[in-house]
Amino acid sequence: MGMTMTQKILAAAAGLDHVEAGQLIEAKLDLVLGNDITSPVAIHEMDKFTEDKVFDKDKIALVMDHFIPNKDIKSAEHCKCVREFACKHEITNYFDVGQMGIEHALLPEQGLTVAGDVIIGADSHTCTYGALGAFSTGVGSTDMAAGMATGKAWFKVPSAIRFHLTGKPAKWVSGKDVILHIIGLIGVDGALYKSMEFVGEGIAQLSMDDRFTIANMAIEAGGKNGIFPVDDKAIAYMKEHSKREFKIYEADSDAVYDEEYTIDLSTLRPTVAFPHLPENTKTVDEITEEIVIDQAVIGSCTNGRMDDLRAAAEILKGRKVKKGVRCIVIPATQAIYLQAMEEGLLKTFIEAGAVVSTPTCGPCLGGYMGILAEGERCISTTNRNFVGRMGHMKSEVYLASPAVAAASAVTGRISAPEELGL
Amino acid sequence: MKAAGRVFKYGDNVDTDVIIPARYLNSSDPAELATHCMEDIDKDFVNRVHKGDIIVAEKNFGCGSSREHAPIAIKAAGVSCVIAETFARIFYRNAINIGLPIIECPEASKGIEAGDEVEIDFDSGMIYNRTKGTSFQGQAFPEFMQKIIKAEGLINYINQA
Repeated sequence: MGMTMTQKILAAAAGLDHVEAGQLIEAKLDLVLGNDITSPVAIHEMDKFTEDKVFDKDKIALVMDHFIPNKDIKSAEHCKCVREFACKHEITNYFDVGQMGIEHALLPEQGLTVAGDVIIGADSHTCTYGALGAFSTGVGSTDMAAGMATGKAWFKVPSAIRFHLTGKPAKWVSGKDVILHIIGLIGVDGALYKSMEFVGEGIAQLSMDDRFTIANMAIEAGGKNGIFPVDDKAIAYMKEHSKREFKIYEADSDAVYDEEYTIDLSTLRPTVAFPHLPENTKTVDEITEEIVIDQAVIGSCTNGRMDDLRAAAEILKGRKVKKGVRCIVIPATQAIYLQAMEEGLLKTFIEAGAVVSTPTCGPCLGGYMGILAEGERCISTTNRNFVGRMGHMKSEVYLASPAVAAASAVTGRISAPEELGL
Repeated sequence: MKAAGRVFKYGDNVDTDVIIPARYLNSSDPAELATHCMEDIDKDFVNRVHKGDIIVAEKNFGCGSSREHAPIAIKAAGVSCVIAETFARIFYRNAINIGLPIIECPEASKGIEAGDEVEIDFDSGMIYNRTKGTSFQGQAFPEFMQKIIKAEGLINYINQA
């Protein structure tokens, strides 16, 4: 029986010729990631090891991004703890204020994640790097600690669901609409414990930023990882950003999948996930009621990249954010921030009446920089709309693409870009 | 090893944001996290929970974030076991890695109500509903995970190996 793309990467990392779904393996890790929330717990766990060492100072990435620049004394203490750990163990890839970005946008940009890698991160959206053909998955702090100490992790080899993407998406349909459509289709546990493998000629129509967005939200369908084949666009991205060698794995032609779906990208419409689950999706055409918003957030590890900011700016150019709406734009990394500045996007945002923030996860998880009060409603390009996710437990988050979020910021209610004549 | 206690019952997709909201993640102290456990789904939970009590839920318990603070908060609140129809995979790993007992058992999830007195025998995987006089066979852990549980967590297991 053939292996899926994910299974082939895991087999190689475990030093095995063949693996099967359900098999428990121990795999070598190419990168172990943590952030300012999860790393302090991992560092505390590291104290329990008999030896005080890390397996490879070049293969650990510590990114201060959730509550940074520090929002309060306690989060400052957390960052201090990680900073001291990074200093003591001479961690090469420690990213603090000034160099940091939102981890899942930053690491590919820094060339730290490439095809064929096995990556664990103490952050659930670590699955993002599947866009480059890597196996990457979220774990907790104890797994992170064990990974930092030993360079290895145990995995149950996942089975897979295969998504055949065909066709070309329309102008205002992005990677976010593709993944929201899929989550709506299979549900928030539709891919529980499984790989989501994306294949098909439609992939060529998706930018790398689209693919990062799609792989990023595999976890929102319960997936262990989301993964794309490595094509010319992926190779060009890696060559531009990384000096590391990459290895291309392809699924066997006789690989077995639990389920298969075909998705014609040309039929998709801008899609919004209603509170309080990412699976509660409706296309903009299916929204019949008027949903007035108080806030629009454009950013996060899901949608804080250049494609996202360009789409938002195209809509906000020459328009104004509706009075009474707070529009918060968060470039995901310093490089993206700078690029957006050079392209004049930041000027567009500010002239439209939006604010532009330093990179941070901030509002996505209800940390800071855009917390909602009781009864308030936000349209957001982030990834979760659970109860209380962005603030008060009686606030609401609607998930959408940057284009829909920007159009909604202009009209003051959830709107498709077409409503603005675009 | 056994556990016994009164049941707190929840539905599908109990996510890590309601188990421990991110506004409290500026702390990693188990005792402090425990004081906010389940706050956004059951405000009264922390006032009513007693040592040994059991959480029973339906599908996809612990979905969302990778925050280990979620099982840490549940364990520190005194909960002796979480039974669910299914668990989100990161929560599942985290619970084993920190030594919070969890059992997948769809039948128990359906056959147990809030307030029931439940006893669990972890060696056999049997779940007894003492209030209703029924019993359920929970799914056994693979041998590898049993070793981690016996070592009381992943780090101890690695130290012993």
